[in-house]
Amino acid sequence: MDQQPQNTTEEALNAKFEARIAAGETIEPKDWMPERYRTQLIRMMSQHAHSEVVGMLPEGNWITRAPSLKREMVLISKVQDEAGHGLYIYCGTETLGVDRAELVDQLLSGRAKYSSIFNYPTLTWADMGVIGWFVDGAAIVNQTVLAKASYGPYARAMIRICKEENFHKKQGYEIIATLAKGTPEQKAMAQGAVNRWWWPSLMMLGPSDTNSPNTAELMRWRVKRKTNDELRQRFIDLTVPQADAVGLTLPDPDLKFNPETQHYDFGAINWDEFWQVVKGNGPCNRERLQARRDAHENGRWVREAAEAYAAKHSSPAQSAA
Amino acid sequence: MLGHRLSEWCGHGPILEEDIALANIALDLIGQATLFLKLAGETEGKGRSEDALAYFRDAIDYRNVELVEMPNGDYAYTMVRQFLFDVFSYHMLEQLQKSTNPALAGIAAKGFKEVRYHVRHSSEWVVRMGDGTEESHTRAQKALDDLWRLTAEMFQADDIDREMAAEGIGPDIAAIEPKWRAVVDDVMKRATLTIPNDPPAMTGGRKGRHTEYLGHMLSEMQIVARSYPGAEW
Repeated sequence: MDQQPQNTTEEALNAKFEARIAAGETIEPKDWMPERYRTQLIRMMSQHAHSEVVGMLPEGNWITRAPSLKREMVLISKVQDEAGHGLYIYCGTETLGVDRAELVDQLLSGRAKYSSIFNYPTLTWADMGVIGWFVDGAAIVNQTVLAKASYGPYARAMIRICKEENFHKKQGYEIIATLAKGTPEQKAMAQGAVNRWWWPSLMMLGPSDTNSPNTAELMRWRVKRKTNDELRQRFIDLTVPQADAVGLTLPDPDLKFNPETQHYDFGAINWDEFWQVVKGNGPCNRERLQARRDAHENGRWVREAAEAYAAKHSSPAQSAA
Repeated sequence: MLGHRLSEWCGHGPILEEDIALANIALDLIGQATLFLKLAGETEGKGRSEDALAYFRDAIDYRNVELVEMPNGDYAYTMVRQFLFDVFSYHMLEQLQKSTNPALAGIAAKGFKEVRYHVRHSSEWVVRMGDGTEESHTRAQKALDDLWRLTAEMFQADDIDREMAAEGIGPDIAAIEPKWRAVVDDVMKRATLTIPNDPPAMTGGRKGRHTEYLGHMLSEMQIVARSYPGAEW
């Protein structure tokens, strides 16, 4: 009986929350929200932030080998943007009452996930183009929808990030277009990268709707606005004509336009591969996580030095005490 | 060279904010290098672009001081190296803005604005590391001890420098040293670090006699460009 008033309050708050969601209102950090909404958002936002940070590694791998000064600068800027996105989304996640150190710890301990795509190796310069074109292209498809998500800080972050991602996609496609009209070796390099990244990029948009346990709830709360399969179809429909335009072939013999559905039909995705990568058995899972752990460990004394200095040079009253 | 070295940190910095800061500084430095190399190619008049000068010269033909080609080491090493160079660059570009060559003066004016921020960033880190924890102090002191011997090369004017200074095109490099030293002394004092008494190392970077590190750095940087001669990127 003692519990009843509290439950009633909780139920009332919950009903009010669901009504706000249904009315299309934006939820802000100080608003009441169900615990499950909060934890789902923390999960999604922190995964997104981790993906930005881990995503710096495959491209960072080619910065020192970029073939011209301009390309080197553009690549540094892009990786820098990713660091900025990571920081921005970590800050957004902190509005849900969790701090960045804890989120980073979840990543480094292997408890938190990040996008499976970054566990693939970057083997040629053309990979820098394809990552921009496919990976940022797929991210844009996803994030454009997330920009209308119900949680205000996340939606606003997505609007800002999407602008930069559009630029990333353009520069990636431009790298590929340049290679495709270059020497036969360059064109082969571009085609090879397309062949390696196409399927992982499709998988990046998440498991099929029939196998995505979180989707229904997230859709109802308008945390997600489209299902993974809808996003994937949109990405494919956008990308096929772009590949045609530069004379490159997407590695799927079943890929063809269906006049009835007005979409491209495509072949079966190898979900075994996806789950293998998610479980940690992808080509670079260990290396990526180790690189982040090393950066964190090697940076520990630097962060401690900054803290120690700040403590020594804080207000004189504090120092005297 | 230094911008390229800094770019090696990308994704591996001690904190995300520093990844962003180092990428910024790397971009400024590579941007400055690009403008200087472009102007050098145009002045030479043999049709060599900035990329031809960056990617198709061997180490022996590079003319940078050795300090900037040294490997990154730990973050103390990177920041001490950066600081020692930033302060030099600040004073050099400040003077070069007055060059009688308008193209050089223009590049210097742009670079000078950027380097003012670089000095602030690296000097604050040197102070924090020097006056931070026992470990950070030890690391920063070790970096200073290792790198100090390479700083004299920055101020060693050769015949070309003297000719350029006489014509008002370039600054009097030797005259920069006391200004540089005053700033360095001040920051090292705040950082509680001790400037070593070691004599200058025998350096020859500006004559093309580099450390062994440069060849490895260039072999990585030039691999793609050189593997596909004539290709456009």
